[in-house]
Amino acid sequence: MQRFVLIAVPYVWLLALFLVPFVIVFKISLSDIALAIPPYTPTLKDGFATFLAGLDFENFVFLTSDDLYWKAYLSSLQIAVLSTAFTLCVAYPIAYGMARAPEEWRPTLMMLVILPFWTSFLIRVYAWMGILSQEGFLNQFLLWSGLINDPLTILNTNAAVYIGIVYTYLPFMILPIYAALDRLDGSLIEAAEDLGCSRFQAFWLVTIPLSKNGIIAGCFLVFIPALGEFVIPSLLGGSQTLMIGKVLWEEFFNNRDWPVASAVAVILLLILIIPIVLFQRNQQKQAEEEL
Amino acid sequence: MTEAVFAPWDDPTEKPLIRFKSVTKRFGDFTAIDDLTLDIFEQEFFALLGPSGCGKTTLMRMLAGFESPTSGVIELAGEDIAPIPPNKRAVNMMFQSYALFPHLSVYENIAFGLRRAKMPKADLETRVAEMLKLTRLEKFARRKPHQISGGQRQRVALARSLAKAPKLLLLDEPLGALDAKLRQATQFELMDIQEKTGTTFVIVTHDQEEAMTVASRVAVMDEGRVMQVATPEHIYEAPSSLYVADFIGDVNIIDGQANAKGDGTFEISWHEGQAPLHATSKRAFTDGQSCHLALRPEKVSIHSEKPDQIDNAVPGKILDIAYLGNLSTYHVEIPGGKVMKAQVANTRRVSRRSFTWEDDVWLSWTNTAGVLLDQ
Repeated sequence: MQRFVLIAVPYVWLLALFLVPFVIVFKISLSDIALAIPPYTPTLKDGFATFLAGLDFENFVFLTSDDLYWKAYLSSLQIAVLSTAFTLCVAYPIAYGMARAPEEWRPTLMMLVILPFWTSFLIRVYAWMGILSQEGFLNQFLLWSGLINDPLTILNTNAAVYIGIVYTYLPFMILPIYAALDRLDGSLIEAAEDLGCSRFQAFWLVTIPLSKNGIIAGCFLVFIPALGEFVIPSLLGGSQTLMIGKVLWEEFFNNRDWPVASAVAVILLLILIIPIVLFQRNQQKQAEEEL
Repeated sequence: MTEAVFAPWDDPTEKPLIRFKSVTKRFGDFTAIDDLTLDIFEQEFFALLGPSGCGKTTLMRMLAGFESPTSGVIELAGEDIAPIPPNKRAVNMMFQSYALFPHLSVYENIAFGLRRAKMPKADLETRVAEMLKLTRLEKFARRKPHQISGGQRQRVALARSLAKAPKLLLLDEPLGALDAKLRQATQFELMDIQEKTGTTFVIVTHDQEEAMTVASRVAVMDEGRVMQVATPEHIYEAPSSLYVADFIGDVNIIDGQANAKGDGTFEISWHEGQAPLHATSKRAFTDGQSCHLALRPEKVSIHSEKPDQIDNAVPGKILDIAYLGNLSTYHVEIPGGKVMKAQVANTRRVSRRSFTWEDDVWLSWTNTAGVLLDQ
């Protein structure tokens, strides 16, 4: 009985905060737009039979007819994949350096990675606007150093979005890779060298495969939130930056088309389920290997 | 027909495989190896023995190429190995932790070095099969290291380090992680494999019994210096210093002053009112020089009456008896309060033992039983 109560708590929590909202969103996505409050029909006030009869998949069909949506999904996928790759390229050397640093330095280095979380995410993204704008710190520095003669346009382009995503999600990539590298037995590298590997071969044949689980975990932790990212593209991106999170926002708040916005959200969720399931499987496999 | 004794170290024409020439290694202020000179010959099973922190592992890591000497030269087959990186040395190492690659199967672990050497596929398969057979691992080739037992892992590590047929194989505490029974069996297996492959083995260990069992020669080390290099028998029977005598096996030490009696015999006065002891020694002592007589417990006999016609006899009282099954060690207090150990084989049943606690007894030994040491 006690055990049942214990297990019930997280399940009730998930039910209340995930499943119920999802059912509501799904219901709205099957409705039609209306000039009313709430701005869709039918609602349960109309009676259950009429309510059921009023639901259809019209909005999902609409998503396929307008190429804005699938372009936005594709563009989001592209931005998420590329920025995950960039984050990996930046995070791996940092994690490697941390794992190789003297023991007494590691807590400090770890602290430095986590430190940005102490300020609001929004403030940090705004700070990037100050850095990347035409008159921003970066351009001023480059002009001062004589590397460029005219200021670069970085803010309000996709480049700024990539910078923002890499910056924001870097710790999520560093930490799992660091955890994997930290556990790596140094004598394995020595054994590889002893058996004829050069430094690089030892890295490629031993270090990389043994940090594989950390790399996979980090990639999912970056890719999943980056795909639905809204704040970074809307603050740092330009008008040509097409991301599904932004489209979703515009449907909800600019067009007040809740049913279409809900349909966009449902599809986004379905797309996200694939990497989430893969991530779960990876974690499970890893746990089994450690037994 | 007499079989030739394997003793290249006694042959001045023999060229050593490894030469340490006044090698010193410092880590900051700490001197790990202190002006060490040592020769190791081909096909030897050479043991580096010493307490932890004596520099034996550093010595081995220098051979493997993971450390370089602060000064001095290390030669392998007449060639200075300082500029050769570890991956280019004809030396392989078996790590204390085994360092098996957890993401590779037993087969791939053994094949790892051969693949790096770009061995043709057919040769590689034959070689790995040969190694699997040598270490009796054929059945486990497809398993991952975490799916096999500690003893099997140890054999994979051995097979992997032998696969490239190195000139020299380094073994860092190879049996440390095994339990006593398995360790003994593996010691003989190691000797067998060493004999079959003809590879020169250098083993690092802190277990003196292990070193004595497997090695053709043992180097006893302390604080970065080699105290003595000799065959196991020689180390045990004729230690060159108190440190070595004390480190290897059990020993009784009697301190005294030596006086020459001619014919290499010395008289040792050790306690007032007691007859002097006698011992032969090849080492010269000046009259009155302080000396230490080192006696192995098994070379000391125990009697109820004072024995006649024996070189040395000392009275005492039994304090303690350690029953070890096949042997009993008697702890006997002799004049001056010193406790000596005498080891006797239990040829009779324990209930019929001639001596018991608090018995007054006599200890005796011959002139040649002990070793007379000056330091």
